[in-house]
Amino acid sequence: MPSWLELLIRVLAVVAAFLTLPLIVGQTEHKVMAHMQGRLGPMYAGAFHGWAQLVADGIKFVQKEDVTPREADRTVFRLAPIVALLPYLLVLLVIPLGPHGLVAQPLDIGLFFVLSVVGIGVVSVLMAAWSSANKYALLGGLRAAAQLLGYELPFVLAAASVAMAAGTLSLSGIVHAWQPWWLLWQFPAMLIFFVSGLAEIRRPPFDMPIAESELVFGYMTEYTGLRFAFFLLAEYVGIVVIAALTTVLFLGGWRGPFADDQLGWLWTLMKVFAVSFVIIWLRVSYPRLREDQLQRLCWLVLVPLALAQLLVTAAVKLAW
Amino acid sequence: MGIEPVDVLLAGLGAIALGAGVLVVSTRHIVRAGLWLVVALGATAGLYLVLSAELVAWVQVLLYVGAVVVLLLFAVMLTRAPIGASPDLDRPRWAGLLVGGGAGVGLAALLIDAYRWSRVPLPPGTGATEIGTEVFRTWVLPFEVLSVLLLAALIGAIVLSRPDIGAADTETGRREG
Repeated sequence: MPSWLELLIRVLAVVAAFLTLPLIVGQTEHKVMAHMQGRLGPMYAGAFHGWAQLVADGIKFVQKEDVTPREADRTVFRLAPIVALLPYLLVLLVIPLGPHGLVAQPLDIGLFFVLSVVGIGVVSVLMAAWSSANKYALLGGLRAAAQLLGYELPFVLAAASVAMAAGTLSLSGIVHAWQPWWLLWQFPAMLIFFVSGLAEIRRPPFDMPIAESELVFGYMTEYTGLRFAFFLLAEYVGIVVIAALTTVLFLGGWRGPFADDQLGWLWTLMKVFAVSFVIIWLRVSYPRLREDQLQRLCWLVLVPLALAQLLVTAAVKLAW
Repeated sequence: MGIEPVDVLLAGLGAIALGAGVLVVSTRHIVRAGLWLVVALGATAGLYLVLSAELVAWVQVLLYVGAVVVLLLFAVMLTRAPIGASPDLDRPRWAGLLVGGGAGVGLAALLIDAYRWSRVPLPPGTGATEIGTEVFRTWVLPFEVLSVLLLAALIGAIVLSRPDIGAADTETGRREG
């Protein structure tokens, strides 16, 4: 097989994953939330338990008018949803699905690449917030920037702990080095990474920047139609990315109870969906954190905990 | 000596970085200046990437695009960030041109004169392992001194942002007196 064809297949596979996984997670969210709240959720679209609800939503979004506010900075306003989506697409390129190079683009410093690219998301939020020419959008954007900057720190520190334990920055390398007892050793790091990951993608209970009961819809207030759908898609890809990163870094990626070589991709996907389920579950269970509680959690709990975890990791690593 | 794709890529990224940099200082839209800075720094990261310094490139993205520019935009939006042009920006145009252009041309002349058309082979290892080894073996002292500088900046920021730290004594003294 020529190398360009292989590359094309790999990229197409990632695009396919990019388009289907968020839809599956979104549909799961509809149904899981509904059942947790004693409702049925979507039941009509597609006849069988509303499986086509998100497809119908997509068609609805395409049909809606694409409004750009008169006072808005049009160029920036239109660019923002794309800037929001692109980083996650890039991240999906380097996440290993299984052993033996079952990854779109293996990178030696995959972890570092992922962390830096996820950080670009905040630029899109600021772009959307400012260019909307709307005070709610601006307030939401400022909250988002403060939140993302703060939570970036424990996010990176927790990831650094695993990288230190594995002795490599390659995502495949980390899964190779992973041992079941790391579940215990790296447990605080996993919690920190997961919680700050939730904050990074602004999911409830960390959805203060969106806070629909006080800020309309935060930095997305002025967006309609397809551009709004892009932001929503970015949120669900974000869930997949955070779940996949938690899986790869802390839950052993493709390592399963048996047949890692053949069924590795299945173990990865199962873990990704399990973590995604927890993310949905948290949305239903916890009230939104107030802005000061949110910052307090980050700076007074997560950052010191992450630093302590780094010390523990280093100590165990040296003693080994 | 022919022109290779790498050269074209380097020249293109350099042009983007330079153009975006000029726009940062010449645009009258304050926030857009910050966004052009994102483009300029991103193109610089691209330059590092082409020179196969992957780690430095992604550090550039993580720190400058993801944090420094965001802080900058954040501060601008907190104070004054009108949409559209701000006609009342007072920028010392000629002094800026003199200092910025002079430094740019001077550095360019110096580097061009130093290297001419000689080709420097890329060092064999520019990965995370090699850079880590270099930083913590050869350059460990500057590295640690730099961290002291950052610590000093951090303490300074805390003192500045909390007026109650230094003023507490005089306040109570005045109340007692």
